[in-house]
Amino acid sequence: MRRGREGAGASTLGKIFDVFNYTFLTVLTICTLYPLVYVLFASLSEPTLYMQHSGILWKPLHFNLNAYRLVFENPMIIRGYINTFIVLAGGLVLNMILTAFGAYALSRKGLRYRKQLMLFIVFTMFFNGGLIPLYFTVKGLGLTNTLWSLIIPQAISAFNLIIMRTAFEAVPDSLEESAKIDGANEFVILFRIMIPLCMPVMAVMLLYYGVSHWNSWFSAMIYVQDRSLYPLQLVLRELLLLNDASSMATGATGGDVAMIGETLKHATIIVATVPILFVYPFLQKYFVKGAMIGAIKG
Amino acid sequence: MAKHPSQVEHSTRLPYARTKTLGRWGLPKDIRKNPWLYIMLTPVLLYFTVFNYYPMYGALIAFKDFSPRLGIMGSPWVGWEHFESFFQGIYFWRIIKNTLLISIYELIFAFPAPLILALLLNEVRKTLFKRTVQTLTYMPHFISLVVVCGIIKEFTMSDGIINDLFSFFGWERVSMLLESEYFRTIFISSGIWQNIGWGTIIYLAALAGIDQEQYEAARMDGASRWKQMLHVTLPGILPTIIILFILEMGRIMNVGGEKIILLYNPSIYDTADVISSYVYRMGLQEFDYSFGSAVGLFNSAINFTLVICSNWLSRKMNNTSLW
Repeated sequence: MRRGREGAGASTLGKIFDVFNYTFLTVLTICTLYPLVYVLFASLSEPTLYMQHSGILWKPLHFNLNAYRLVFENPMIIRGYINTFIVLAGGLVLNMILTAFGAYALSRKGLRYRKQLMLFIVFTMFFNGGLIPLYFTVKGLGLTNTLWSLIIPQAISAFNLIIMRTAFEAVPDSLEESAKIDGANEFVILFRIMIPLCMPVMAVMLLYYGVSHWNSWFSAMIYVQDRSLYPLQLVLRELLLLNDASSMATGATGGDVAMIGETLKHATIIVATVPILFVYPFLQKYFVKGAMIGAIKG
Repeated sequence: MAKHPSQVEHSTRLPYARTKTLGRWGLPKDIRKNPWLYIMLTPVLLYFTVFNYYPMYGALIAFKDFSPRLGIMGSPWVGWEHFESFFQGIYFWRIIKNTLLISIYELIFAFPAPLILALLLNEVRKTLFKRTVQTLTYMPHFISLVVVCGIIKEFTMSDGIINDLFSFFGWERVSMLLESEYFRTIFISSGIWQNIGWGTIIYLAALAGIDQEQYEAARMDGASRWKQMLHVTLPGILPTIIILFILEMGRIMNVGGEKIILLYNPSIYDTADVISSYVYRMGLQEFDYSFGSAVGLFNSAINFTLVICSNWLSRKMNNTSLW
C-alpha cells in the first residue's frame, strides 16, 4: 500500500525480513484455514476409512456425499434449521425496527431529556442484574419454551443502537427541515430519508444481528425445553459436544450408530457454517465498517 | 455532551426544538408537538425497562430466600447470607483464581496477537497477498461457538489430529479436555485462532491513518524499516493500543462463560470453572436461585467497578473515554 517505501526494503536485512514475513503469514493463514478444510475433507470421506485414519487429511478418503444425505434426512437437523430461520426472520424485523426507532428518536437534538435517556440505555451495557433474574423475567412473561424467548429478549442491542444513532446524527439537519416543511412526520423522515441515506450502516446492523441470531445457543438452552423448538446451534451442541449422536442416527442399528454419528458431525458442521462463510466475503466491507464504527464509539 | 451554543441556536429552527423554553409543562407539550418521536421511543424504553432494569430489581433475590412460588416480594429476607456463604465456600478461591488467570493469560497472549499480525501485514506491499491473508484470517470469527467447541473437542480427543501430531513426536496420547492442565492453553489458543484476524481490523485502520510524511522524514534521516516501525509506526498507533488495552482490563472478570460451559466437564472444573459458569451451574442447574443471583450480582458489581476505573484511567492517560 505504501508505494513510497519501496526503496527501504532493498537492504539484505530487509529482504530476509520480507522472506520471513511472507512465509510466516502464509503459514499462519494455512493454520487458520486447515481445521475447516480438515472438517470438510472428513465430511466427504467414507466413515470406515476416516475412523481408521490418523494424522493430517490431504484429501477426502474415498469421496462421497453420503454424510450430507444423512444430514438432510435427519428430522432434528431440519427442524433446527427451520427454527433458526423463524428466529432469524422474526428477530431481524423486530431488531431493525426497534433499533431504528430508538436510534432515530435519540438522534434528534431537540428531544427532551435526550441526555438522560441515553444514559438510561448506555448504563445497561455496563451493569446488569445477572443471569438468574433475567431468566425469571423471561419466564414470568410466559416466553419460556416458545421461540419468542429467542426473539423478544434479544430485540435491541444497546451497542448497535448507539452505532445507528451516530449514523443518523451525521445526516444534515437541513434535509429533515425541508421534509418537515413539506409536511412529513417523523415516521416518513425516518423511513424515507434517514434509512435510505444510512444504508451501509443498516447493512452492518442487519449482519451483526443476523450473525448473532444464527450463532446463538445459550438462550435456547436456558429458555427452551421442547426439543422440537431447538434452533440449529442447540441441535449441533447435542451432536458435537454431548455425545448424543446416537439419538440423531435414526433408523441405524448397533455398530453403525457410532459411525453414522461420526459422519454426521462433520457434515453438520459444514452445513451449519457454510451459509455464513458463503455470504461474508461479499459483505465483509460492511462488517469491517461496523467494526470500525464500533471501535470509534468504544 | 455539552451543547455548543451555536448548535442550540441552529436547532431552534426545527419545530420540536422549541421545548427549551416550555418550562414546567414542557414534556406534555413536547409530546403533543412530536407525538411520533414518543411513539417510537415507547417500545424501546419499555424493552430496556423490562429486560434490563426489571432484572436489576429482580437481583434483590440475592438477599432473600427466593422461591418462585412466593415471588420476589413475598420471599423472606436473609440479608448477606448468600454472599457470606459464597465468600466462605470451598469454591470461592478456585473460581476467582480461574477467572483471573484466564483473563490475565488472555491479556498476555491473546491481546498482542492481532497487533503483531497487523504490524506484519503492514510490512507487506503486495496488496493482493495482504488482502487474501486478511480475508482468510478473520473467517473463523463468524463461526459459531458451538461449532468451534465441537472442532476443539474433536481435535483434542486422544485419537484426534493434535494427538496424531504429538504422538508422531513421541508424546503420549491424552484426551486433552479431560486433563485440567491443558484447559487454559486450549481456551486461549482457540480464542486466538478465532479472533486474531478480526482484531487486526482496528489496528490496520489506525496504521492507515499515520501520516506518510513521517515515514519520508524518517527515511531521510536514514532510518531502517525496523527503526521506522519503532519510531513512527508504533507511536502512531499507541493511542489505539492503549484504548483497547484499557477496555480489555475492564472486562477482566468477564471471561466468556458460554465457551467454558460448552467445553468443560466435572473432571476439569479445578482449572475451567469461572464465575459465569458457576452462576449458571448453581442457579439454573442446581436451582439454588438466590445463591446464583448473589454470585452473579457480585460479578456485575466488580465488572462495573472495573469499567468505571478503566474509563477513568483512559480519560487520564488518553483523553478518551466511553462517556
